[in-house]
Amino acid sequence: MASSQPVKPPLATQASQAQRGSQPGLRYPSNGKTIYHRPLNRSRTQELSQSSFAYLFGEMVSYAQKRVTGIQDLEKRLNVQGHPIGLKLLDLLLYREPPRTQTRPLHIIALLQFITTILWRHLFSRPADALEKSSNPDTPEEYMISDNEPLVNQYISVPKEMNQLNCAAFVAGIVEGVCDGAGFPARVTAHSVGKGEEGELWPGKTVFLVKFEPEVVEREAYLGRS
Amino acid sequence: MVVFALIIINKAGGLIYQRDFAEGLNKLSINDYLVLAGTFHGVHAITTRLNPLHQHNLPPSTSDVRPDPPSGIEVLETENFRLQCFSTLTGTKFLLFTEPQQPNVDKIVGRIYELYSDYVMKNPFYQLEMPVRCESFDRKLVQYVRPLNSR
Repeated sequence: MASSQPVKPPLATQASQAQRGSQPGLRYPSNGKTIYHRPLNRSRTQELSQSSFAYLFGEMVSYAQKRVTGIQDLEKRLNVQGHPIGLKLLDLLLYREPPRTQTRPLHIIALLQFITTILWRHLFSRPADALEKSSNPDTPEEYMISDNEPLVNQYISVPKEMNQLNCAAFVAGIVEGVCDGAGFPARVTAHSVGKGEEGELWPGKTVFLVKFEPEVVEREAYLGRS
Repeated sequence: MVVFALIIINKAGGLIYQRDFAEGLNKLSINDYLVLAGTFHGVHAITTRLNPLHQHNLPPSTSDVRPDPPSGIEVLETENFRLQCFSTLTGTKFLLFTEPQQPNVDKIVGRIYELYSDYVMKNPFYQLEMPVRCESFDRKLVQYVRPLNSR
């Protein structure tokens, strides 16, 4: 035992190592990429099986459905399941960006663009289909992210008596987590809009309504002036 | 070539899905469809036991391979239609009614089974063994069968 004890390096070298902080080793590999820079899944395409996700998500919905009082409550539960994922993904995805663009988004537009491109690409391998600002002058704090075919809803048919429900509330929770984590407190809800004339093409079309808190809009206006 | 209709029967012999794909078919009442499904289930169960030969040679116990279970009715052909029965390992039966000359019926049934396992079995709101009421399954099924019928 005693023979395997490492020899203590002189104090001077210890100090210089601490200063540089990027000494190759487990924590700082020589190429500068840590374990956070790439997915744990090393397969070529870095994709997961959609079937296994569908079964898992189906169980999540069934789990959330137990002892709920109504559809609002069910959506809230799905939202809560997604929220911590959003908080963590914000940090992780920013960390994986090139150093130049690694800063936290400071404006609403920058944040929403981060969500619709980088977050969406990470989760669904494609950007969101549209990002719009509410055209109603009374609600300047509302933004809409559209997804023509949400991946989480691919195999889900909501029964008629629950037609208000959209299981993409889980994704809304992820988006809400990203907004909250970035310091833009918001309420995000998912709404099915695949009815009527558009329904023929995209029956599962979903709009994520991002409703920022009033102080966010106030701050944005203040930042815009200066 | 026309695919006429699809019937899905659960493992207890209950009708869980019925859909016509062609125009101008004779309609049955809901009750008659249920009776038809139950009757077919019974007949199918009988046919799995029928065997014109004595089963002298019992499978050797050393073999690891389990013999395929007897399949019962697979195809029923008449002058006017052909009935293909596909029984899954769990006992769900897919009955597909087509024109007698329809080619590749087994492939079509296989694809329908695929759609069923995707859009019915992965749907958290579907209760096992209950009638199938899944909008996306209906949509995908029609999307798949309609081009076959118009060819």
